[in-house]
Formats: sequence, structure tokens, C-alpha cells
Amino acid sequence: MNRSRRLKLRIFRTVVLLLMGAYFLVPIAAMLEFSTRGNSVTSPRTLDAWVQIAQTPGLTKGIVTSLQLAVITSIGMLALLLPTMVWVRLRLPQISRVIEFICLLPLTVPAIALVVGLKPLYIWININVTPSVLALAFAYLVLVLPYSYRSLDAGLAAIDLKTLSEAARSLGAGWVTVMWRIVIPNMPSAILNASLLSVALVLGEYTVANLLNFQNLQVEIAYVGLVNAGTSIAVAVGALLLAFVLLMVLTLVGGRLQQHNYIPGQRA
Amino acid sequence: MTAAGNPALNTAARPTRGERRLSLSWLGVAPFFVYVGLFLLLPTAIILIGSFTAPKGGVSVINFAGINKPYMVKAFTNSLSVSAVSAVTGAVLGAVLAYAVVTGNPNGLMRRAITSASGVLAQFGGVALAFAFIATISTVGFVTIFLKDHGIDIFANGVWLYEAPGITLIYLYFQIPLMVLVFLPALDGIRPQWREATESLGGSTWHYWRYVAGPLLAPAFLGCTLLLFANAFSAYATVAALLTNGGVYVPLQIQALLTGETEQSQPGLAQALAFTMILIVVIVMTLYTLLQRRTTRWLR
Repeated sequence: MNRSRRLKLRIFRTVVLLLMGAYFLVPIAAMLEFSTRGNSVTSPRTLDAWVQIAQTPGLTKGIVTSLQLAVITSIGMLALLLPTMVWVRLRLPQISRVIEFICLLPLTVPAIALVVGLKPLYIWININVTPSVLALAFAYLVLVLPYSYRSLDAGLAAIDLKTLSEAARSLGAGWVTVMWRIVIPNMPSAILNASLLSVALVLGEYTVANLLNFQNLQVEIAYVGLVNAGTSIAVAVGALLLAFVLLMVLTLVGGRLQQHNYIPGQRA
Repeated sequence: MTAAGNPALNTAARPTRGERRLSLSWLGVAPFFVYVGLFLLLPTAIILIGSFTAPKGGVSVINFAGINKPYMVKAFTNSLSVSAVSAVTGAVLGAVLAYAVVTGNPNGLMRRAITSASGVLAQFGGVALAFAFIATISTVGFVTIFLKDHGIDIFANGVWLYEAPGITLIYLYFQIPLMVLVFLPALDGIRPQWREATESLGGSTWHYWRYVAGPLLAPAFLGCTLLLFANAFSAYATVAALLTNGGVYVPLQIQALLTGETEQSQPGLAQALAFTMILIVVIVMTLYTLLQRRTTRWLR
């Protein structure tokens, strides 16, 4: 590569990165700025809006609800998906494409469309099973399917499941032992990945909750936004930074854990 | 060893057990199928059947006649145009950013930081995103005030944040990162040797992009643009939080039908709208998959 082209490339990269950096960072900075504004233009910076979060009952309730939903959805997802995927790999490989198709289906059914079909179902659940907001976890489990499936599938592909499980079975282990002591310890990063993606998705979910008339964190944020913009923006930026940290941890830890995975043939 | 040595004897001796094992195998996937049947396939079936059922029963397309009203047509034009514009702009800008990333150090901190941030920002949408832009460029936003102090009025021709240009600008916030994520592998597949080969044959930079890199990247670029389109078209939360009084967009029309008083009178219309949305996304995603398959042919 000659010198003038290298210089041009350097200038191009710097300009692009600066402009993009500005576009992506300014809104986050603006949220922090907005949430620390006083009542008038001249009044000093204040953390009132942030203090208000704890004093707005709807918000604290929304935070607790969304955290509960995140935990239930993650556990439910693992309990439903992991045994099924292991089972299919070992005993029913012929239907693995069907499972993949179903799991990726939510990508082609927009949540706003799916909720139209969920509405009658939830009216029934509301009357006959439970009116609790935690029933939302049923729908959320469907929404996280594609992401969890991909993550777990990658994790299962990286271990020699057949050999490991047959070895365990021939030593007298039952299926529960195989799951608990062979499969799970061998793919920690994939499981962590799937869980954290589910948590991030549930914490940010608004569509389904709002249209089924449930109050989760995002619905509360939107509602508070109508009354007190400063407080709702403070919660929004707080939730955003939390998700940011969560997913950054995921990419860093995920990369490190991956190196310790059992990869057949590599140590021979 | 003995069992493996006598396969004929083995299978002949226990045919019934084999059958029972097979049905037991199916039992293992039963919970999964029951669950997705109830919460994914049943709702989809409700939409499908409901949209083709007349209010008084019987198969009919009368619900789709409800879409053929001026404001519904307008809702579709608005949604489709915002999705298309944000997809094309996002694809171009995302590709430029991805190129800036790929020409840097492949193991550098910059690349790792940008790909991780893209992973986070591509998921970022919804209410918080709408508030981020309200804090930035609404009439009381940080940037608006800053520019006004320096003599520039970005809303001189009226407030456009709540119109199509504003929504497009907001959508780019998750479209560009998504493009970086999905387009980076294609760019990584381009070998520097190909450029050297072009040069040794006397080709210029223009020739390289026009005849080598361009045609190679075109299917990937087109496919990623389609993915971005589907992504924007499915979005609801951001416009809902931005346009609290409703707006002429398909998701907001569904919202009005689901939460409003009109629900009892025309449940089929919401289902017909949902069905049309799903149909559009399925077509776009199918094209995307086909183009993606074409790309992976030379990528590995």
C-alpha cells in the first residue's frame, strides 16, 4: 500500500469514527444532562430526578417486577430448551431442523403482531389461571427463544455430547445426572450467554406488557415520562447503563470462559 | 463387542423394545412442543384464522377490506417508507463504519470496543431510545438548546422529531450497529491479495471496487439491508413512546385497535393487520436467507 493511500485511509477512519462516536455518545450524554437539570435554566445542577426514582412507587414496583420476570424467564428458558436440545441431539437428530425452525420463528413474527394472537390467550389465563403480571413470563419465553437457541446451539456444538453422555451412561448415570453434572458444567459460557441475553431482553420489553395491560419497568417508565420527564429519563439511562454493563461483562467473560471449554481433539 | 458382532440377532430379538424406545424418545420433546404449541403456534393460528373470519362467522376477506381505507393505507405507506429509508441509510452508514473497523488492527482495542458496543446498541430500542432523543433534540433537548445558543435553529421549519425524519434518525441508532454486526463477516472475507492482484493487472481503486469487491459484497449488502428493513418494520416501542397521542403507523393502529373501545366491534381488523405485517416480514426474511446463503458460499 503506498503512502498517500495509507494517509487517505487514516483520515477516512478518523472522520468516520469521530462522527459515529458523536452520534452514539451525544444522546447518552444528553440523557445524563437532562436528568440533572434544575427547574429553570439558571438553577444549578441537581440530582432531584434521580432521588425521585426511589420515591415513585410505580417505578420501584416496575423494577422489582421486571427483575422477577427476567429471572423466571431465564430459568424457564433453560429448563425448557436445554433438555430438549440435548435430547434431540442424542435421540432424535432427524427433527433438529424442525426445532431450529420453531425456535427462530419469533424472528419473523413481530412482537406487535404476536401480541394480537396472545391477547385472547391472556384473557383466558387472566380469568382461569392467574391475574399476576408474572404470567408475562410465558410470552417472554417465546420472545427469547431465537437468541437462547442460537447461543445454546453453539455451546452444544462445541462439546462432544454423544461421547460424554454415553461415557456417563455406561458408568451408570441417569439422564438427570448427565444434564446436571455433564452437560451444564461443560458449557458455562453458552448458558451464561443465553441467560444474560434473556435478562437484557426482558428488562427492555415494552410491547407485549403494554398491549396486554401489564405494568413492567418499561411501561412504568413510559407512564412516568408523561408526568415527570426528568425522572423517567433518569431511570431510562440507569436501565440502559445497567444493560450496557451486563452485556459488556458478557462479551468479556464469555470470551474468557470459551477458552476453558472442553474441545475434543484439541488437546490430543 | 458381542452385541455389535451380532446385529441381526440383536434387532430380531427385541423388535418391540425398539418401538417403545422410539415413542419414549418422542415423549422427551413433548414439553417443548406443548409449550411452543400453546404460546407461539396457537397465537399465530389465532391471527391467521381470525383475519380470514367474518364478524358473523364463515371464511371471508372482509377484514382486509378494512385495511383498504385511506388512513390505513397511509399507515402502511408511512411504516414502509420509514423502514425502507432507515434500512438503506443504516446499511450505507453501517457498511462505512464496518469498513473503518475492518481496515484497522484486527485484534485491536478499537475493533473489540466497536463490536461489543454494536452488540449492545443493536438490542437497544424501545422506550429508553425515544427518551434519549427527546433529551437530545426535542425543543428542550441538549443539542437543540446548544445549537440555538450558537444561532442555529434546527426546527426553523417546524418540529420534525415526531415526523418521519425524526423517527428515521432515531431508528438509525439501532440500525447502524446491527449493520456493523451482520456485515462485518462479509467484509472480513475480502482478501487483501485480491486488491494486490487487481493492481498488478493495472486496475485502479475504482476498478477494484467496481469489478472485484463490489460484486462480491453486493449480495451480502442487499441481504443485510433487507434484515434492517424487517427490523425497523417490526419495531413498536420507540414510536409508541415518542407519539403518545397515536400516529399513522401500522403498529400504532394495532395498538389503537387492541386497547381502544373499537376492539369489540372489529377484532378481525387487528388480526388482519397483524397478518399483513407477518406476511411482509416473512417475505423479506426469506429473501434475506436466500441472499445470505449466496454470501456464505464464498465466505468460508
